[in-house]
Amino acid sequence: MTATVPNSMTNSKAVAAATATGTAQDAARLAAPTPGVGSPGAHAAVGSMSIDNVSCFYGSHLAVADVSLEIPGRAVTAFIGPSGCGKSTLLRAINRMHEVIPGAKAVGSIKLDGVDLYTKGIDPVSVRSKVGMVFQKPNPFPAMSIKDNVLAGLIIRGARPRGSAADELVERCLTRAHLWDEVKDRLKKSGDSLSGGQQQRLCIARAIAVQPDVVLMDEPCSALDPISTLAIEELMRDLARDYTVVVVTHNMAQANRISDVTAFFSLASAGQPGRLVEAGLTTDIFSAPKVTATRDYIDGRFG
Amino acid sequence: MTLTLTRKAPQSDAVATFASCRPTWRRRTKDRLATTAVVGAAVLTAVPLTLVIWAAIQRGSERLDLTLFTNSMRGVVGQGGGLLHALTGTLLITAATAVISIPLGISAAIYLTEYGGQTRLASITRRAVDIMVSIPSIVAGLAAYALFSLLLGPGTRSGLAGAVALAMIMIPVVVRASEEVLRLVPGDLREAGLALGSPKWRVIWRIVLPTALPGLTAGSVLGVARIIGETAPLLLVAGFTDAMNYNLAEGRMATLPVYIYTQWSAKGLDTAAYDQRAWAGALVLMAVVVVLQVAARALPPQIAKLRRNR
Ligand SMILES: Nc1ncnc2c1ncn2[C@@H]1O[C@H](COP(=O)(O)OP(=O)(O)OP(=O)(O)O)[C@@H](O)[C@H]1O
Ligand SMILES: [Mg+2]
Repeated sequence: MTATVPNSMTNSKAVAAATATGTAQDAARLAAPTPGVGSPGAHAAVGSMSIDNVSCFYGSHLAVADVSLEIPGRAVTAFIGPSGCGKSTLLRAINRMHEVIPGAKAVGSIKLDGVDLYTKGIDPVSVRSKVGMVFQKPNPFPAMSIKDNVLAGLIIRGARPRGSAADELVERCLTRAHLWDEVKDRLKKSGDSLSGGQQQRLCIARAIAVQPDVVLMDEPCSALDPISTLAIEELMRDLARDYTVVVVTHNMAQANRISDVTAFFSLASAGQPGRLVEAGLTTDIFSAPKVTATRDYIDGRFG
Repeated sequence: MTLTLTRKAPQSDAVATFASCRPTWRRRTKDRLATTAVVGAAVLTAVPLTLVIWAAIQRGSERLDLTLFTNSMRGVVGQGGGLLHALTGTLLITAATAVISIPLGISAAIYLTEYGGQTRLASITRRAVDIMVSIPSIVAGLAAYALFSLLLGPGTRSGLAGAVALAMIMIPVVVRASEEVLRLVPGDLREAGLALGSPKWRVIWRIVLPTALPGLTAGSVLGVARIIGETAPLLLVAGFTDAMNYNLAEGRMATLPVYIYTQWSAKGLDTAAYDQRAWAGALVLMAVVVVLQVAARALPPQIAKLRRNR
């Protein structure tokens, strides 16, 4: 069973939101083509994605079956659904992290601004620099200082910025991640020395420092207390002005609060592949879902 | 229902239950016997060790003078002489062994943890390392002897040949220790590195290795400590000399363990002088090993941290 969000509708909503709240710079970025991945197709270069008939395997085990879904650019899309329905798997397929697991593979097409990320000849490494990821458990690099953690993407590539360029980038990303004020006096300290919520914001700063178009987050708040959760939620809303945000969450209230679009996944029974049940504007999904399974899940009547 | 029952259970019952658990005479005897046996075993282990260290300090210090560190044995029969040539030889050969073994050992460990997985080559390598860890050191010496005889003519002896023999002993130690610490680096960090859009080898270079660095260092130091006291293979392939030799590539080279052995086994007329030098050599060698061990111990808190964060 597949469902698609009417692309034009959600896109225009997101774009309208971005232009209404954003700056001239935002508007310019909306029009600029996406560098690196390739020339943009029919879509405007706003980091919109379209997932077409994607299935994910672990060895011969089919974990996610035949998902087709439009993800609007510069908006928050939430993936919800019961445990084991393949949300994380699909999310990792989006930036080609799925195939890192031995034996795992994904088939189908996932387009970023019209460019198929699964076309032959596309380097998964370049895909990941355009589609960043934040993990469930905060994972700053323990051998690096807070500052170096922000610059990590560049340092790993052997392109560490120096001097004021580095300082500016660090300040910009940490400010963007709502962390600057808390850490500006201890940038040289290890990333380990921060609280869980601060570590997660550091990971977000690290992800946006490589200037991706899309930021994927897999249950980014599940290891955090309510206050840190609120901080990250606010941050996600803010990030959606410049980035396409896709977030997996088990928290219905959170999905409702922060997302523009919601996709509900489910599986018939344990061991069966996960499928997309329904996707649409969050307001619609939460007020008037078309499928009863969605309503049951949202209302907590699952299983 | 069960809840009320538990609550209403009379207190005296509980006391009775514990009372019946009070240690009986037999149990107390057994307990005492077991404690005595364990403590006895511990003492039995510690006593000889302490005695050896004590003897080395006491007898070694008899000749712990300046000439010991400034002189070789060239032309010395009887009193005087030193171990400078042997200390130099040990440091040179150990350094050469480390230069060969650490990069090779760590590279092999990187292959095993990051790339090999369950492939055939990886399991063969693992098996080979397991066997090499327990290889008798004299066999490593013979192998190096044979190798250098084939390459440079029969009976070739040099410091380098000694280093090659010792490397055969040290490499598996480094591989094992490094493999273990590399496995302690959380997979999350590798994934986070990859997700930032960088190739795997760069993630290994910039994230995995720096994170594991304290452990890798400790493993390497342990490997050095393992080989620094080796005697048999060096006796075979590095040989012995009374004179200084700074050239690893050519000529026999003395080392501390071999020095101790020859002072002891080939005594001149003034046997006391030879005994004193042997003990002094033992003390110096032990001091070097202790320094290395302490250095290796100083690092593990950081490894423990890795274990916790795993
Ligand atoms: N590394 C793996 N190897 C094999 N199978 C896996 C692996 N990871 C996940 N799976 C399987 O894939 C299916 C989907 O898992 P996935 O982690 O994507 O679910 P999820 O929706 O993210 O669940 P949760 O909400 O609990 O995080 C499950 O059946 C799971 O057992
Ligand atoms: Mg998951």
